[in-house]
Parts: sequence; structure tokens; C-alpha cells
Amino acid sequence: MMLEIKNLNVSYGAIGALHGISLQVEQGAIVTLIGANGAGKSTTLRAISGLARAKGQILYQGKDITNLPPHKIVAAGLSHVPEGRMVFANLTVMENLQMGAYLQRDKSVIRTTEEFIFSVFPRLAERRKQLSGTLSGGEQQMLAIGRALMGQPKFLMLDEPSLGIAPLLVKTIFEKIVEINKTQGITILLVEQNANLALEVASYGYVLETGQIILEDKSDALRANPKVKAAYLGGM
Amino acid sequence: MIRHGSRRWLIAALVAAFAVSWFSTRFNQYYLGIAIDVGINIILAVSLNLINGHTGQFSLGHAGFMAVGGFTAAKLTLLYGESLYPFSLIVGGIMAALAGLLVGIPSLRCKGDYLAIVTLGFGEIIRVIFQNSQFFGAATGLTGIAKLTTFFWAWGIAAVTIYVIAGLVNSTYGRGFLCVHDDEVAASAMGINPLRYKVTAFVIGAFFAGIAGALYAHHKRVLQPDGFNFIKSIDIVVMVILGGMGRTAGVVVAAIILTLLPEVLRSFASYRMIIYSLLIIGLMMGRPQGLFVWPIFKKNAKN
Repeated sequence: MMLEIKNLNVSYGAIGALHGISLQVEQGAIVTLIGANGAGKSTTLRAISGLARAKGQILYQGKDITNLPPHKIVAAGLSHVPEGRMVFANLTVMENLQMGAYLQRDKSVIRTTEEFIFSVFPRLAERRKQLSGTLSGGEQQMLAIGRALMGQPKFLMLDEPSLGIAPLLVKTIFEKIVEINKTQGITILLVEQNANLALEVASYGYVLETGQIILEDKSDALRANPKVKAAYLGGM
Repeated sequence: MIRHGSRRWLIAALVAAFAVSWFSTRFNQYYLGIAIDVGINIILAVSLNLINGHTGQFSLGHAGFMAVGGFTAAKLTLLYGESLYPFSLIVGGIMAALAGLLVGIPSLRCKGDYLAIVTLGFGEIIRVIFQNSQFFGAATGLTGIAKLTTFFWAWGIAAVTIYVIAGLVNSTYGRGFLCVHDDEVAASAMGINPLRYKVTAFVIGAFFAGIAGALYAHHKRVLQPDGFNFIKSIDIVVMVILGGMGRTAGVVVAAIILTLLPEVLRSFASYRMIIYSLLIIGLMMGRPQGLFVWPIFKKNAKN
């Protein structure tokens, strides 16, 4: 098992955000976490990457990583693409990618990773000298994903990659996510509000509601589930 | 600006400073004194720019670090003789850096306005400690300090400060400062430890502020704790803001202008500070992004 979460609790001050959730992500899989606004999806990712203090247990490849500082978790091979993209606006595309390789010392590894990222996202190659704050939303998302890949993660967490992006680009980005998973064997935990899209690319899904997991199943089964259909898939 | 051939640039600047210093006896001593003030203020502004500009941590305690360096260095040369001057500059810098570490570790957990208030408090604490320390002359401070700061020392060290800080920010390691400034969460997600970068910026900034204080002590020959109150800190902050946060070239020019301006306005006597303040307000309204930030500076400006 790549990642195993047992009875995770997170609160912000007096307000509980996660109430004892448990989930598992198998090696090489794409697993999705769907749910409405405020359900605790982002909080789950923040807890895994050490950005939010948590109670419970997070096991990564069998090792306990609960509440380690974020830079140690990145070093262990978990990369987090935070919600809202958050590229370093005052750095160029190239400099952003270099920062992604912050913990990577081997220059040749950096170069091959760069080439791989440019092959996945040719748009980034065209704009490598541009200040990243001037990129479009979709391009910034590509850059954020590319930057996370520069760290050579084994486990990639994506927080709402479709947020605020033109529908046409959303489709491209999701295709790329699948490509990264297939060709590089990177395990992906995908957080999405767009449940339709997420369940299409993922093999397994968890449904989060007010800090609790209320449903989990194979993606196909979830898509057929009348409750999920009614609440998250536009009632089709 | 100084990314290419930067070492040659540094050597040229040092040689120039030395040459000017060599002929300094022929200059009007009043103007020479102001020129040394300018050099010291460049060091202060560029070092504060690392903290406030590049790393984005609003500090109001720079005068405190300057005081630590100044009093340490002055006491050293007063006790053990003038030959210790170069050594006293470094010791002053190191003591200020230690103060920066001491202040930085607890206070950098705060952000934005809160950090500004905490650093303001620390700056004041440092000043009050000197004010009540008999060893450092209490409220009267230290007098009879040897005049050892020449044009060469002030401008030579200013050049070194620019060289070190611009070089640092442009290095792969130093990009981390900009990342912490742009987005702390994203920086953490890259494996950067933001707190470490913030403390590093604080320590390096305080180090150069301490050296500036040591230069200042051996320039003015008199040190009073009152001279390092928070208004002094704000003067330096104004240089950074006016020059454009995180733009070394702009900050240098702003430090020059804001040191010369009160002197130029001296003939207006008591209206001087009013005119000075009005000019700053006007400049800020006209160019809130900083005086020297425009597109051609964009790529270099981060230096």
C-alpha cells in the first residue's frame, strides 16, 4: 500500500474539519476524493503533506509520516499541488521548475525531468522565460503540476486541478494527469469538485461529506450509485 | 544589473572607493561626511531589503541591529585601541547577527502586521537595554570614539553588501527567499523550509546592519541609544519602499536620494522636515510600486 490513512482528525481552532477519516491508496493507482465545498478534501491533502496538524495516523509505504515537517515529507517523495495553483509569480517558468527540483542535487536528473515535463506540457517550453504570474490559469496549473513533478515524486496530490480553468484546457490537463500516471508510474491522489471528470480518470473513489467519508467504491460503481448521481453528478 | 561579471563590478567599485578616499583630504569635509552617511544608509537599506523586500517579512527592528553593531564596535575600539577597527566592524556585525537570530526564531512565526509590531518591540527593547547599561554609557551613550570610518570603508562595504545580497538572491539557494515571499504554502510544498529562510534573511540582514552601525559609530564619534529609536527603523523602511521592495538598484538610489534630501532642504530651516515628509507622501502617491520599478528594470530588478 502506497498510502494508508487511519482515523485522521484535523481541526482549525475549535472547528473540526475532519472527523476520523480512513482511506487507502494503492501503488500506481489514481484515487479520487470527491465532495462539496468545505467537505474537508483540501484539509486531507494538507494533513498528508504536513501543512495542517493532524491526529491519527498517516502511513506512507508503511512508514508513519504524521505531522512531519512539510520539507521532510517532500523529501520522502510526496508532492502536493496546492489549490489555486500558487506559482511563484515573480519567477519565470524555468525558475519555478528549478525550485521544484529544490531537493534534487543531480543535474542530469533535473535535465531529463525537465525534458519530460516539456514533452507533456509543450506550452511551458514555449514560455520558459516568461514570468509565471503572467500565464493564463490553465498554464499556471500546468506549471504547478510540472513544478511538483520536478521533485521526482512517487506520490502526487492534486488539489482541484480544474478550478477556474477553461473547459477545453481542463480536458487536456486531465489527459495529462493520466499520462503522467501511466508513463511514470506515479501514484495520484486527486481532489476534485468536478466529480464526473474525476471518476472518469480514477479507478477508486472516496466521497467526503462534512469531514467524514460517507461512501467509497470503485469509480464505475460510484458513478452508478444513485446517491452519488443525485448529489454530485448533476442528477443524471 | 550585476549578474554578469559581478566580481569585476565589485573590484571596480572597491578601487573607485579607494581612489576617492585617497584624495578625500582635498574635498570639503562637510560633503565628505554626507557621502559617508550615504554609503552607510545604502548598507542599511540593501540589507533591510533582503528581509522586507526579497523575503517579504515586514521588519521594523533594523535600527536595533544597527545599535548592537555600533555599540559593540565602539566599545571595542575604545577599550582596546584603534587598530582593532576592521576587527570591530566584523564583531559588530556578528553580534548583530546573533541578535537577529535571537529575535528571528520566535518572532518569525508571526506574519505581516504582527511581525512588524513584534520586531518594533524588539528594536525598542534593544534600545532600552543600551539606555540602562552602565557599561555602554547608559543614556549618554558612548563618546570620544575615534574617527576611523573613511569614504573607502563606507562605500567599500556598501559595494560588498550589494554584491553579497544580490548574488545571494540570484543563486539557486537564494531563489528560496523569493519563493517564501511569493507563497509560503507552495514553497513548503516544494520542500523549502520557510522558517529557515526567514531566519536566514534576518540574520544576514542584521549582520550588515550591525556593520553599518559600527561604521556609523566611527563616523559620528558619538553614540546615543536615542538615535536608534523606531523612527530610525522607519527611515530605512521608507528607503526600501520608495526604491521598490526587492529591487536592489532602486533601493540604492532611494537611499542616496533620501540621505541627500534633508541636507539639500537645510536652507528651509524649520520647514525642512515638513517638506521632506510631503515629498515622500507625494512620491508614494505617484509611484506606489516604488520609484525605480518600470518594465526595463523588470528582469534585472530582482537583483
